[in-house]
Amino acid sequence: MAAEQTISPASKATSGPNWLLRDLAGLAVILVLAGIGYLLFPNNLALLTRITAIALLVLSLDLVTGYCGIATLGHAALFGAGAYAAGIAAAHFGITDPIIMVVIGAIGGAAAGLLAGAIMLRGHGLAQLVLSIAIVYLFHETANKASGWTGGSDGLAGISPDPVFGLFGFDLWGRTAYVFGIVLLVLVFLLLRVLVRSPFGMLCRGIKEDPVRVSAMGASVNATLLRMYVISGAVAGVGGALNAISTQVVGLDSLSFTTSAEALVMLVLGGTGSLYGGLIGTLVFMWFEDFVSSINPFHWLTIVGALLIAVVLFAPSGLYGTAVQLLQRIRDKR
Amino acid sequence: MQTVFSVGTDALAYGMVLFVISIGLSVTMGLMRVVNLAHGAFAMIGGYIASYAAHMLGFGYAVAILLAVAGTILISIPIERFLFRRIYGAPELTQVLMTIGITFCVIGIANYVFGPTLKTIPLPDMLRGPVDLGYRSIAAHKLFAIACGVVVAGALWFLIDRTAFGVKLRASVDNAAMAGSLGVRTRIVYAVSSAVAVGLAAFGGIVGAELLPIEPYYALRYMVTFLVVVSVGGAGSIPGALLACLVLGAIDTTGRYLVPEYGEFFFYLAVITIVCLFPNGLLGRKR
Amino acid sequence: MSTVFEARHLNKSFGGLAVAKDISISLARGDRVALIGPNGAGKTTFINLVTGHLAPDSGTVMFDDADVTALSPTKRVRQGLVRSFQVTRLFSEMTPAEHVALAVLQRTGRSGRMLGNFQAMQDVMAEVQESLHSLGIDHVANRRVSEIAYGQQRLLEIALALALRPKVLLLDEPAAGVPQSDTSRIETALAALPADLAVLMIDHDMDLVFRFARRVVVLAAGAIIFDGSPQEVTQDMRVREAYLGNYANARSAA
Repeated sequence: MAAEQTISPASKATSGPNWLLRDLAGLAVILVLAGIGYLLFPNNLALLTRITAIALLVLSLDLVTGYCGIATLGHAALFGAGAYAAGIAAAHFGITDPIIMVVIGAIGGAAAGLLAGAIMLRGHGLAQLVLSIAIVYLFHETANKASGWTGGSDGLAGISPDPVFGLFGFDLWGRTAYVFGIVLLVLVFLLLRVLVRSPFGMLCRGIKEDPVRVSAMGASVNATLLRMYVISGAVAGVGGALNAISTQVVGLDSLSFTTSAEALVMLVLGGTGSLYGGLIGTLVFMWFEDFVSSINPFHWLTIVGALLIAVVLFAPSGLYGTAVQLLQRIRDKR
Repeated sequence: MQTVFSVGTDALAYGMVLFVISIGLSVTMGLMRVVNLAHGAFAMIGGYIASYAAHMLGFGYAVAILLAVAGTILISIPIERFLFRRIYGAPELTQVLMTIGITFCVIGIANYVFGPTLKTIPLPDMLRGPVDLGYRSIAAHKLFAIACGVVVAGALWFLIDRTAFGVKLRASVDNAAMAGSLGVRTRIVYAVSSAVAVGLAAFGGIVGAELLPIEPYYALRYMVTFLVVVSVGGAGSIPGALLACLVLGAIDTTGRYLVPEYGEFFFYLAVITIVCLFPNGLLGRKR
Repeated sequence: MSTVFEARHLNKSFGGLAVAKDISISLARGDRVALIGPNGAGKTTFINLVTGHLAPDSGTVMFDDADVTALSPTKRVRQGLVRSFQVTRLFSEMTPAEHVALAVLQRTGRSGRMLGNFQAMQDVMAEVQESLHSLGIDHVANRRVSEIAYGQQRLLEIALALALRPKVLLLDEPAAGVPQSDTSRIETALAALPADLAVLMIDHDMDLVFRFARRVVVLAAGAIIFDGSPQEVTQDMRVREAYLGNYANARSAA
C-alpha cells in the first residue's frame, strides 16, 4: 500500500494532452519517413506505395485482431474486395477518378467486411479460425471463376486512373501514386486513432478482454464486433483500391491466404493493439522481404517462419510493444 | 452409373486418407487444446522421407513407410519439446502464430533441400493397376488407402475403447486436472498421443501421396482441409472425424467431377455452411 | 415498499436432475436479502435463471411489473437488473476510470460513439470521479486494473455495477478472496449502497451475511427451505440440518 501511494496517481498513458502530442509525433514520424523514402529510393517508389497499401491492410487487421481479439487468417478477403471493386469500377464502368475509386474500394471492402464478419461471428476459437480461412479461399475461387469481371488468373487489367483533382497525373515513376498513398494513409491513421480512443473503441477493447463481462453491462457484443468488422473492411478496401490505382492491375494474390497470413505476421511483428505497431511491422517486414528475396528468394519462407517463432518466444508484444515496455521500465526506475 | 461408382470410390479413398492424417490432430487438439496449424507439415515430412528412402536408398514400400513414420516422429520430438510446449495454454493467436511459423519453416527447408518439384513414392507392383471386383474395377492404391483408413479407425477404436491407455486418454481429454489428481500421468499420455498423432500423419501422407501429391506447399495447401476436419468433426471425437472426412471427401470429390471449372468453390461454401450450422462440430461437445 | 423483482415458481432440470424446484422469491425497493445455501444447492443456477443466461422450464421472472422471462440477458441489464461476479471479471488492461466510464456511457446510450473521448465529456468524468472517490479507489483511477490490489478490484466491481444505476443488484460473493484486512472497506461500501436499491447478496461468509442482510433466504437441493429474518434462520431446524450445522451450534453456544 505504501509503495502505491508514492507513485503519481495519474499515469501518463491516458491523461489528456499527452495522447494528442503522441499522435502528432506519430504523424510527424510517418511524414518524415515518407519524405526520406521519397528522397532515398526515387527509383523504388512502387515498392514504397505497395508498402503503404499493405500498411492499410495491417491497420485494418489491427482493428479486429488487436482491438477486438479476433484471430483471423482471412483478412486479405477484405483488401481484395476493395481492390476488385475499385478495379472493376474503372475497367468496366469507366469510373476512373482516383478519389471516387478509393470510395468505391472502401464500400466494397465494407460490404465484404459485413459478410465476413457476419459469418465469422457465428463461431468461436477453432471454428472461427477455420471460417476465416474458408472465407478467403471462397473469395479467391469466386474471383477466379468470375473471370469475365475479374480477369481470373490473368489479373484485371485496363485500369487507368485519371489525374488526381484533374491536375496530378499518375506518372511512370509512381510519384503521384506514392504521394496519393501517403496522404490516404495519414488520413486513415488519424481517423483510426480517434476511433480507438472513442467510447466505441473502449467498448471493443472491453470485448477483447471479456465478452461476457461486456454483455453483463448491457452492451451487445456481436453488434459491436460487426460494426468494427465493417469499419475494418472499409480501411482494408481503401488499401486495396490504392493498390489497384498504383499498379493499375488487380491480381488474385490480393485475395490470397498467403497475403492474409503475411498481414497477420506483420501485425504481430510490430505489435497488436496500438496501430503504431502495425505500421512498424509492415515497414520492417516488407523492407526485409525485399532485401532477402533480392539475395536468395528460396530462404524467404524459412526466415518468415523463424521470425514468427522468435517473436512468439522472445517478443510476444512485438517491436513497438517491447520498445514501449522498455521505455516504461527505464522511466519507472528513475 | 460408372460415374457414381468412381465418384464414390474416389470420395471414400480421399476421405479415408484425410481421416488417417487428421485423426491425430483431432485427438491432440481435444487433449491439449492447442490450435495446431503445423500438422500437415508432418504428413509432408513423412512423404518426403518415404520418397527419399525409396528413390535414393532403394528400400521397398513397406520399409520406406516404417522409416518415414519413425523418422517423422524423431523429427517431431524436439519440435514438441522446445516449441509446442511453450504454447500450451497460451492465447489462441499465439498458438496460431507459432504453428504457422513452424509450417513456414518446414516448407522453406523442404523447398531448399528437395526442390520445388513433385515427389513420388513408387508403389509396389501389388498396388499398381486396377483390382477387379467382379463387375467393376478400382485402382489398387485407392483400395489400399481405404483399407488403411478402416484399419486405423478400428485400431484407434480398440486402443481408446478397450485398453488401459485408452481409459487414461479419455479421462485426460475430459478433464486433465482431474485425471492428473487420480494418478494418470498426463505428461506421458500427452507424449504418447503426440507421437501417435505425428506417426499417423506421416503414414497418411505416404499412403495418400497419389491423391495429395507431395510438394513443398503441401503443408499450406491442405492446412485448411485438416483443420476443417477437426472443426467439423469436433475436436477429440473419432466418430466425428470419420464422419467429417467422409462428408468432406464426398463434397470435394463430387465437386471435382461435376463442376471442375468451379475449383474448390463448393468445398469452401460447404465448409462455411457446416461450421455455421454446427459451431461445435457435428459430434462435438459444447465447451 | 413496492415489489420490484419477483421470481414465480421457477423450475429447471438438466436431464433428470432438478436443479431449481418451484423457486419463488420477491424483492422490494430497499431490500437487503442474503441468499445462502450449501455447495450444489443451486445458487449459480438461480442467478443464471434470473439474469437470463438459462431459460426456466416453467415459471416467470417479473421485473418492474413486467414479465421479462423471455428477455435476453443484455436487455434485462439495460432495464436495471444488474449482477456482479464472484471472481472479478474486469478488463485487466484497462484502468478503473475507463471501467466506470464504459458503464456510464453504456447506461446513457453513448457506448457506440465513434468520435470524441470520455475524458472530454464533463458529465462522464464527474460521475467517474465521484464513483471512485466514494469507494475510496480514486487514487488508482488511472492505473491498469492488473496492477491494483485485489480488494480494490472488488470495490471496482461494485462501482461498475452501480454505474449502471440498477434497480435490482445481484451481488455474487462480493468479498470472496479478499484479505481480512480489506473486508471492512467492502462492508463499508455495501452499507453505503443506495437506499432504494434492492440487493440480493449470495455469500458463504456468515458474519458478512448477518451484518448485511435484513432477510435471509436459504436454498438447499434446488428448493427454498427458509425465507425469514436473520434471527430466525439460526433457530430453524431444517436450515440447521441442511446447512448451518455445527456453525449454528457453535454460535449459539458462544
